[in-house]
Amino acid sequence: MQDRTRVRAEAERLTALFEETGAVPFRTSILQPAETLLDLYGEDIRARAYVTRDPSAGEMMLRPDFTAPLVQAHLAGRGGITRYTYVGEVFRMQDGGGSGRPIEYLQVGLELFPTDDPAAAEAEVFATISRALQGLNLRAAMGDIGLLQAAVSGLSTSPARRAALLRHLWRPRRFRALLERFSGRTDTLEHRVKLLKKLETASVSDVMAEAAPMIGIRSGAEIENRITALKQDAQTPPISPEEVALIDDLLAIQAAPADALERLRDLAVDMPAIEPAVACVSARFAALDALDIDVSAALFEGSYGRTSLEYYDGFVFGFYAENRPDLSPVATGGRYDALTRALGQEVAAVGGVIRPALVLEVQG
Amino acid sequence: MTLLLGLPSKGRLMEKSFDWFGKAGLRFEREGSNREYAFQTNGLRGVQPVLLSAGEIPRELAAGRIHLGVTGSDMVRERIPDWPSTVEDVTGMGFGRADLVLAVPGCWIDVDSLDDLDAVAASFRAKHGFRLRIATKYHRLVREFLRDFGVANYQLMDSQGATEGVVKNGTAECVADITSTGETLRANHLKVLSDGLIHSSQATLFRSRTADWTTAKSVLEVLAARLGLPV
Repeated sequence: MQDRTRVRAEAERLTALFEETGAVPFRTSILQPAETLLDLYGEDIRARAYVTRDPSAGEMMLRPDFTAPLVQAHLAGRGGITRYTYVGEVFRMQDGGGSGRPIEYLQVGLELFPTDDPAAAEAEVFATISRALQGLNLRAAMGDIGLLQAAVSGLSTSPARRAALLRHLWRPRRFRALLERFSGRTDTLEHRVKLLKKLETASVSDVMAEAAPMIGIRSGAEIENRITALKQDAQTPPISPEEVALIDDLLAIQAAPADALERLRDLAVDMPAIEPAVACVSARFAALDALDIDVSAALFEGSYGRTSLEYYDGFVFGFYAENRPDLSPVATGGRYDALTRALGQEVAAVGGVIRPALVLEVQG
Repeated sequence: MTLLLGLPSKGRLMEKSFDWFGKAGLRFEREGSNREYAFQTNGLRGVQPVLLSAGEIPRELAAGRIHLGVTGSDMVRERIPDWPSTVEDVTGMGFGRADLVLAVPGCWIDVDSLDDLDAVAASFRAKHGFRLRIATKYHRLVREFLRDFGVANYQLMDSQGATEGVVKNGTAECVADITSTGETLRANHLKVLSDGLIHSSQATLFRSRTADWTTAKSVLEVLAARLGLPV
């Protein structure tokens, strides 16, 4: 059990560092409306956040992070402010049980909403956090979800299939299952083949009437629309093995940043759709270099951040204590334009958080 | 030297549990005028039955307040976070069988599997402006099941009874409910997804990992030998 006073003092040290960059303090309530967070993260967040109920305000959550309320406040504000810092408790239910991970901890954050050069802002957030953690001997890991997003958007297949894959960027297993089916590596679903066969000679309404009476609010028209989509999908040729192999190559990258960039450039020859995303990676590395941040010891991973960082759709990073694999990352962050889009207005957004208790833990 | 054995306090689950232990020569009898039950010992001293509602047995096992307990395997999975760390599945008892399944309206001819449900959930949200509602009382089991597959864009509606009627009433689009034959679901114009079996439940004897076993262990060994169980 760590001394709360020491953790608080470390949080203040980090806050001071962030404020030195010109960041404006942001404050928000511990109790947040659950609706926004449920809409963003879906039912899964109930396994990670404490939900309670107010008789008039409805379901509330103990703040699982600052990002969503900060983005809302930023979008509602009159503008002008482009950088924020915050410090406060966040709460994470450990539904798995027995993990021993804390359910309440302090977080210190830095969030930038750059109006011009996003690569510079990405580099600045990484650099500021990296400097704040200097001397702790942490390993940095990084990736870029924008690469996978671009690769999928460039697949030569139907828009519906691309959309289905994009929807599951952050759910690797489901993404893989869809990719396998769309590329013909797994069989088409048997019931679907049967249904479409039946509909060659019968109308949708007849098949529905034969099945069961209409109940629920999903209408007959919605069912008809889906059947039209299924028919179109059945006509869609499989994604080629070559294209799948390129996605696999991209996800398999694990190298020092400079080497990773070389491989990305090679991949972009066969996958021109990722060229702009590769240019972003390159610009980011140049911006880090301009800030005198040496990332040669960091690991760039093609699939980094896919499981834990929903709505992070560009640069993603984390700082880990290599000799303490039991600990969560000491700091994490990245680019989350997708979150601002989901909250009403897409703007460039990049940020990161440090957990002061883990800084002390690693210091020993 | 007492081993506390949690048993369902009423209904068929209680009777069948008594029968099950009875086959191993262990009998329960009311003691005196009060409502307590005790084993007729048959040389087996130290087993104290504790009658509880089946829904409370998981909690008592996890807390280590009883050593053994009989309850549905669905109850343990639903009510104890990371259940294998606190309780151990000793043996299925072969009764109280029921399946927790995911069912959708039979008129959804385009939906047969979780893959379909996931696609429909996405377009349903785009069309109706809220996430597809699944009525259930098994929140943890359903959430974990859907997360493992990767279904998003749904919400769970709490339903503690008459769950199969909610779709007809327009308060949910799908249900996740316990069924043994599927008859009630069919009567309510619902069909089970082909890969919608969330958990196949049966009455199960569980052992608490958190209880104090120092003196109860020897009683367990005798009991296990009688029941032919490898403990």
